[in-house]
Amino acid sequence: MKVSGAEAMVRALEHQGVTDIFGIPGGATLPLYDALSQSKKIRHYLMRHEQVAAHAADGYARVTGRVGVCMATSGPGATNLVTGIANAYMDSIPVVAITGQVPTTVIGTDAFQEADITGITLPIVKHSYLITDASEIAEVVAEAFHIASTGRPGPVVIDFPRNIQQQQTDYRVVDKVNLPGYRPTVKGHMRQIKAAYDAIVAARRPVLYVGGGVNNPAAAAELEAFATRLRIPVTWTLLGKGAFPEDHELNMGMIGMHGTKTSNLAIQNADLIIAVGVRFDDRATGNVARFAPQASVIHIDIDPAEISKVVKALVPIVGDARHVLKSLHELVREKNPSPDYADWLAQIAAWKDAYPLKVPEERELKPQVVISKLSSLLAGSDFIVTTGVGQHQMWAAQFMKVSGPRRFVTSGGLGTMGFGMPSAIGAQVGAPTSTVVDIDGDGSFQMVLQDLGTIARYNLPVKMVIMNNRYLGMVRQWQELFYGRRYFAVDLDKGSPDFEKLGEAYGIAARSVTRYEDLEEALTTMLAHKGPYILDVQVTEEENVFPMVAPGAALDEILGVD
Amino acid sequence: MKHTLSVYVENRPGVLARIAGLFRRRGFNIHSLNVAPTEDPQYSKMTIVVDLEDRPLEQVTKQLHKLINVIKISDFKPDEAVERELALVKVNASSATRSEIIQIVDIFRGKIIDVARDSLTIEVTGTADKISALISLLKPYGIKDMARTGRVALARGRVEE
Repeated sequence: MKVSGAEAMVRALEHQGVTDIFGIPGGATLPLYDALSQSKKIRHYLMRHEQVAAHAADGYARVTGRVGVCMATSGPGATNLVTGIANAYMDSIPVVAITGQVPTTVIGTDAFQEADITGITLPIVKHSYLITDASEIAEVVAEAFHIASTGRPGPVVIDFPRNIQQQQTDYRVVDKVNLPGYRPTVKGHMRQIKAAYDAIVAARRPVLYVGGGVNNPAAAAELEAFATRLRIPVTWTLLGKGAFPEDHELNMGMIGMHGTKTSNLAIQNADLIIAVGVRFDDRATGNVARFAPQASVIHIDIDPAEISKVVKALVPIVGDARHVLKSLHELVREKNPSPDYADWLAQIAAWKDAYPLKVPEERELKPQVVISKLSSLLAGSDFIVTTGVGQHQMWAAQFMKVSGPRRFVTSGGLGTMGFGMPSAIGAQVGAPTSTVVDIDGDGSFQMVLQDLGTIARYNLPVKMVIMNNRYLGMVRQWQELFYGRRYFAVDLDKGSPDFEKLGEAYGIAARSVTRYEDLEEALTTMLAHKGPYILDVQVTEEENVFPMVAPGAALDEILGVD
Repeated sequence: MKHTLSVYVENRPGVLARIAGLFRRRGFNIHSLNVAPTEDPQYSKMTIVVDLEDRPLEQVTKQLHKLINVIKISDFKPDEAVERELALVKVNASSATRSEIIQIVDIFRGKIIDVARDSLTIEVTGTADKISALISLLKPYGIKDMARTGRVALARGRVEE
């Protein structure tokens, strides 16, 4: 039976198990949306800006582990997705972005709402397609989902010209993909795993340094079992938050620029670093030339191009973190070694005692106080935290205790302000029974606040906590520390909305907190509220994020810790 | 340091842009590039001469491998491959200099493929060094125009001992 290209696309998406799409229609996707309107399996969420659609798909993917899907029309719709696609690329998140395109007959003529989106996104996609015949649709969709979700995950763009949406074709289900140039290595090489084992049992001061590659339940379980068996202390990157239990005795906290002093000292004094699912980002390593000067590196990653890209690995292992950790652990079980890390663990315990992350004791609305209070109120419940980018994000990483993998949704690599509320939308759609809390900044939040409309329309019970310091706080902090306090273009006081009234305008419950005494009651009220909620917390304006490793400094040159 | 990579790719629209874009984005310099279909029309072969300066070749090949359309990459070391370039050179030639130029071209086993009253057009194939040598010999006569292909390369056949 013949169907239109648009119907073929919808069937192919249904076949992939897609149940939720975030998007905005337009001229070049009218046939597609007409077909989508007939789907009984896919719910479409109408957004207010395409960037938010892309971030929502990203947040959805991070929380569910499934591919997130966003949709936009040609030209400006497609270009509005770009930041979201780049964000998913930098953090290796499986997203499929479907864009309308002008008819193939006029591509290249600067037609109305034409933009070369496959060209524009070339450096920020894992792969992309421009469909030129409706007979390709089933295959393209199957390949796109396979590529996005396997190996090192990432975004895939499908550009779908309007005339192809209308072209009649025979739809057939495609399950098998044929990609001769794409065969990710999942299992680690046994010889390399043995070499890693030998290095680990010979080490005296090992550290596990883990990231986004283990932030899923299966890999996190292997990590915990492995670390616990050998008693190897663990530090994690921003994207690794939640991959290792925060209350575990071997947990040292975050690494890097705003990491714990314990983690950073451990890296600088280690003789072996077991890096798992990380890419040695400059925010994590500090000055690379002076990173971990005494350590050899075992690098486990699914992307061979990451290994020895920044720091030379003694033992490179290409493979999925879960499989490699499992094989390593099996080897440990078989050989039953008892390496002696006692002195090292005692040293780490001493650092942890000496340099804990401190919640300020003042009875003030300090951001750290707000977040740790929120953390203790949420403890034990089923919750997900999303963040924007900036100071509040770092405080959330430091003081928010999350309960496991896929529970802390944040923009790491690209550092995209305005990610918090959109990703909370995606997270809430993906996890409808969880409490989703967006810890946001006043600057970040104002980049996307039009999508309060989306939250209101679908009554998504997202809790938005705005750490309102009336500044672009992180930029202000850098101007204070490195530019002689010459504050410029960082003051948001004038021109920011009254967030209570803003909530009211959208029919969303909202409240401002200005006194420490009201904090706990306000947070409790917010969490008990059934629908969406905006809590504008007017925090101390010029608070700084510490500890801090200044840009260009080594990890043991730490500011702000006694 | 220059390396010759032979990259087997799917013959699809946009593949060249993906590869060129990757080199630009990762800061690798393409010295020359040659693209042509293979015996199987589904695939093309690109011969890329990359100028590495001090960067490891490994990063180039690993990043190239990440492109879905790239099937296979061979890195040719100089003694493991045969490499050729082709050049077309239009050089000033008066009746006085014509025979001299033809002699030089003969030595390089080049061919005269066009003769005009005041010029000769020469076709020559060989290694990049050989072509550069011929060009430097022809220069004094005055080169009017020139086109050089990028390098093409194939692995040498195995010689059984």
